[in-house]
Amino acid sequence: MCFTILPRLLPGPVQSYPSMYPITGYYGAPAQQQQSYPTIPSQAAPVSNKSPITNSAHSANYYQNNHPQQLQQHHLPQHHYNLQPFQQQQHPPYTTSASYYGPQSYHASPAQQSQQQQQQPSLVPMAVSGPGGPLYPIVSYPSAPGSSQYGTLSSSQSTTQMGAPLHQYGAEPPASSASGHSGYGMAPPSQVAPTVNGQGSTAQNAVHSHYSQTSQASLSYNSYGGVTQSSGGADADRPPSGTPSASVHSSPGHHQGKSESKSSLSVFSFIITEFHFFPSLFLSGGDTSSSSTGSASPVPNSYDSLEGGSYPGTCSSQTDSVCLFVVWKPSLPSLQPFPSLSELSAALGGLSGVPELEVEALRPINLLQERNLLPPRPLEAPEPNLSPDLKKVNCSPQTFRCTLTSIPQTQALLNKARLPLGLLLHPFRDLQQLPVITSNTIVRCRSCRTYINPFVTFLDQRRWKCNLCYRVNDVPDEFMYNPVTRSYGEPHKRPEVQNSTVEFIASSDYMLRPPQPAVYLFVLDVSHNAVEAGYLKYFCDSLLENLDKLPGDSRTRVGFLTFDSTIHFYNLQEGLSQPQMLVVSDIDDVFIPSHDSLMVNLKESNELVKDLLKSLPALFSQSRETHSALGPALQAAFKLMSPTGGRITVFQTQLPTLGAGKLQSREDPNQRSSSKGAHHLGPATDFYKKLALDCSGQQIGVDLFLLSSQYADLASLACISRYSAGSVFYYPSFHYIHNPAQLEKFQRDLERYLTRKIGFEAVMRIRCTKGLSIHTFHGNFFVRSTDLLSLANVNPDSAFAVQMSVEDSLADSSLACFQAALLYTSSKGKRRIRVHTLCLPVVSQLSDVYAGADVQAITCLLANMAIDRSLSSSLSDARDALVNAVVDLVSAYKSNVSNLQQSGLVLPAAMRLFPLYILALLKQKALRTGTSTRLDERVFAMCEFKTQPLQQLMRMVHPDLYRLDNISDQGALHLNDTVVPQPHLLHLSAERLSRDGAFLMDCGNVFYLWIGKCCNEMFIRDVLGCPNYASIPPNMSHIPELETPLSERVRAFLDWLQDNRAFSSTIHVVKDDASAKATLFQHLVEDRSEWASSYHEFLQHIQQQVSK
Amino acid sequence: MAFTFAAFCYMLALLLTAALIFFAIWHIIAFDELKTDYKNPIDQCNTLNPTVEKVKKIKRVKIAIKLVLPEYLIHFFFCVMFFCAAEWLTLCLNLPLLAYHVWRYMSRPVMSCPGLYDPTTIMNADILAYCQKEGWCKLAFYLLSFFYYLYGYVFIFHLYFSALYFSFVSTE
Repeated sequence: MCFTILPRLLPGPVQSYPSMYPITGYYGAPAQQQQSYPTIPSQAAPVSNKSPITNSAHSANYYQNNHPQQLQQHHLPQHHYNLQPFQQQQHPPYTTSASYYGPQSYHASPAQQSQQQQQQPSLVPMAVSGPGGPLYPIVSYPSAPGSSQYGTLSSSQSTTQMGAPLHQYGAEPPASSASGHSGYGMAPPSQVAPTVNGQGSTAQNAVHSHYSQTSQASLSYNSYGGVTQSSGGADADRPPSGTPSASVHSSPGHHQGKSESKSSLSVFSFIITEFHFFPSLFLSGGDTSSSSTGSASPVPNSYDSLEGGSYPGTCSSQTDSVCLFVVWKPSLPSLQPFPSLSELSAALGGLSGVPELEVEALRPINLLQERNLLPPRPLEAPEPNLSPDLKKVNCSPQTFRCTLTSIPQTQALLNKARLPLGLLLHPFRDLQQLPVITSNTIVRCRSCRTYINPFVTFLDQRRWKCNLCYRVNDVPDEFMYNPVTRSYGEPHKRPEVQNSTVEFIASSDYMLRPPQPAVYLFVLDVSHNAVEAGYLKYFCDSLLENLDKLPGDSRTRVGFLTFDSTIHFYNLQEGLSQPQMLVVSDIDDVFIPSHDSLMVNLKESNELVKDLLKSLPALFSQSRETHSALGPALQAAFKLMSPTGGRITVFQTQLPTLGAGKLQSREDPNQRSSSKGAHHLGPATDFYKKLALDCSGQQIGVDLFLLSSQYADLASLACISRYSAGSVFYYPSFHYIHNPAQLEKFQRDLERYLTRKIGFEAVMRIRCTKGLSIHTFHGNFFVRSTDLLSLANVNPDSAFAVQMSVEDSLADSSLACFQAALLYTSSKGKRRIRVHTLCLPVVSQLSDVYAGADVQAITCLLANMAIDRSLSSSLSDARDALVNAVVDLVSAYKSNVSNLQQSGLVLPAAMRLFPLYILALLKQKALRTGTSTRLDERVFAMCEFKTQPLQQLMRMVHPDLYRLDNISDQGALHLNDTVVPQPHLLHLSAERLSRDGAFLMDCGNVFYLWIGKCCNEMFIRDVLGCPNYASIPPNMSHIPELETPLSERVRAFLDWLQDNRAFSSTIHVVKDDASAKATLFQHLVEDRSEWASSYHEFLQHIQQQVSK
Repeated sequence: MAFTFAAFCYMLALLLTAALIFFAIWHIIAFDELKTDYKNPIDQCNTLNPTVEKVKKIKRVKIAIKLVLPEYLIHFFFCVMFFCAAEWLTLCLNLPLLAYHVWRYMSRPVMSCPGLYDPTTIMNADILAYCQKEGWCKLAFYLLSFFYYLYGYVFIFHLYFSALYFSFVSTE
């Protein structure tokens, strides 16, 4: 059917194997399913080349005897797509939080998928033949802002091909954008040839090759080392802003400087030709002073234009290709967004040779004049400028993200860009689909031990070249067989080479000891304070409810330990009629009273465990003991667990006051709102750290739940979790009656905590292309060697950040790759390796670095670095470093890239939100000064910065604000049978709130629904179920399920927002006059607060610093 | 008498500096090993920090080399000696290092045992690079001071014997 087109769509290596596709017999044999390879093909993105393969599955006679397992015959050619439900049944832990991977995928029934997949092949000829009828009835999501831009990688297109396929793929079905490759625009087939393996990026670099590389402006960056020093260095080199020729004298070498200035000017004029349909910019290109307003104001918000906001007027004045484009448009499905500005310029980019992506991302924006910076939808990760084939298989940005999606070639270039290079990793997150590979040999590079991945090159059928160290390796025999197509001789089609996220079942080579069982120990504070707070009952209830859902198998073991001034052990040995409590009062030298009966098999002692959980709350209800011997209790727990390893869950409600590890109160309440900064952010003792290291050595992870109303020195206590790869939960002022909000949060968190997937005795290694090296890690772990993290426990909700540096020049490679391999023992006692590989282009131009900058990732990495700085130096240093990061970027951009001599504060479009995010960071609890912040809350916020995944962190730092009262279906997202409205994002400023509206603020772990005083009564009635504003109860924390269309829309939207996150968020309805208003208004980061400046003031401060 | 005591000081300093040079070399090797993955940082820091019970666990290093504090103490010791011998120039040359040692030990991470290095932060590239650089600088300093002490030792003896000679001549 589509075979003739197929080879052009396949990844690069395929082209060297034309002989591997015998046309005869292509449809001959029925597909077969091999059960020993429970492999799920990544659902949608590779579909276009996979489904033809399946249709034409090779007969198994190529390779039938070599595999020991029984082959199972099936007669449906599409069969292997049905592997997905099969897979889900086999590995339930990986499917628990459905739809984490992408909002759209949760309803996709197999039938529908296969229907789409059957359609897909027919799409290929369509793409070539140009106009086609509506292919997908469910098109409405104006797909990712990047999807169409990236189609224009190679500049040698003919324009007719250019326009048509762009639109074809702009209308991708939601299902296809769901699999984590969302918005990866597929290129027209004819593009593939020149862009195999990143050639596209080099081709595009050539465009800018006249841009001078010689300027080595020695801006010492020092990875935020010397704050004042670095900015000083920048000042010295900075040109006094003036005419373009001023920059000539700014560069160190005069003769070089001259050429640089000249060539960057020509780049500028290049850009101008790109935007020549903006008359003002075009005119102002010649003179130097007035261009700032000209360039900024007429250029619309780029995302608006992508969304479908259009410039009908400009279309007609375009070149032929665009006219063709317009003619072609009416044949699109009716829901197709209007051809957007970026697409037009994409078409132009195809003509003139500058990739549209760069132009858009580099569009200079004067921040002082542009007021609407936010995109209408939450920002998505920028796409690396790779060839479409690589893009298609690249790792999901939710798992693996780099601050610079174009890696600078040298450290000098990186220093010049003044942006941090780093990775943000969420390696163990819940995936809906994960190819799991059981194989006798796991193919790895022989010298650097990299796992085989989609970015290796096959030199011929028997050899592959490692993409990290460039060593040539042999392909083992077993790898020649492809379990997906059940054919022999196609190593490049193995799931390992088709998916950048795979999981291997490891053999015994990967074990130091037999895989440990799941072992859980709960250490509970039962002092008077704990009884007052009343958490024990809720904990026991929750555990009782989830006892069967604890991840584990028949070997799972549990134990309990309670403490006040003494330590109580519980004998739960099978056969006892009731649990026995054993009290150890010698806390100076803790011993374990009985060795084999304290940690018991959950299956065998189920009844006793339940008995204990039912009786525990009553047992201590009369406790008068106020002391807390946390340190000795932890020592006991360590001794109890050290033979097996596992997870210790500690509940603590006050400052530990007895025995080893006792702490004193260090907080001075008068200093809470000091503007100088906070002290005592570091630990007071190294007891907890040492214990954590011991735990880590014995594969024990410690998770801390702190439910304290008083100061409990979290800075010291958190060490126990930080170095044993645990997680920290903090519930300030927890009380089961007085603080229902915290109680609800506690219950929700606990449910997720108890049932979430867990990996034991894990290590994670991060490898990267030769030349790059790891600088620093951020997160909860112990760093065992330069690239190896020791994680006693790994949970799906914690993330890591890695700072990188460029040690050697990457000039001889066009791609840089990163591979994170997480080796862990699953709760079922299987040793598994989860491998993520990310591939990024290497660039040599500063403008390319800026074009690929990922502002959210940069913000998160800077937040991590700022936390480190505030611990090692001081809070005010950290704050200065953050501000200087903005100042440095602005001045670096001004002096190196933009030659627009503007007076304003100019940043490339890709980084336009950077100052806003940094300001938001400075107003976070972790880093703010001036506002009263309790030390524990500050420390907890710092812990969160270190461990939260990027999306969650960004929502906390810069919440999403939506207006809900006029919510409509316009531009809504259609997910099977539900319609999810997509209201626009609003700036976080009180001026965006209006009294007659209702606004939703999404802060990550909490939603605020703010109801204005004069809010539409209909909204209050239809959504909240209250007759009028006055009757809204003050502490409303849920949205009633009403049958009105408005309510359905709001709830669909809320559910959709909730779907992506691990811990479900609570919703608070905030009335305009309620005192809770303060909690909402502190998140309006653009406004001036008592101690912190507004966004505009911040920008002015930056400008002053830059021009100093 | 003063001459002989100063000469004794120089001689002692000469020997101790030789020991310090070995310490510095050991320090450099240890951190280099750490950087190139041969050792677990916990073991490494235990070797560098004098904790008696943990030292037993380390097989590779048989003798517990309690590097940091002995080094500081030795250096402090001959600084005091030079002070007593009123060798002001030599003392002045050593004072910056002495001050650095005091500062370094004051700003060490929170830990219950004596020691400088924290296994959890040592793998941080900045700290690792700093420690390596520190090792090289100290090695250079000790080498230079070794020759300086040698010179001082010889110089004093020269003065002493020439004084003896002149006194002998004058009496004759």
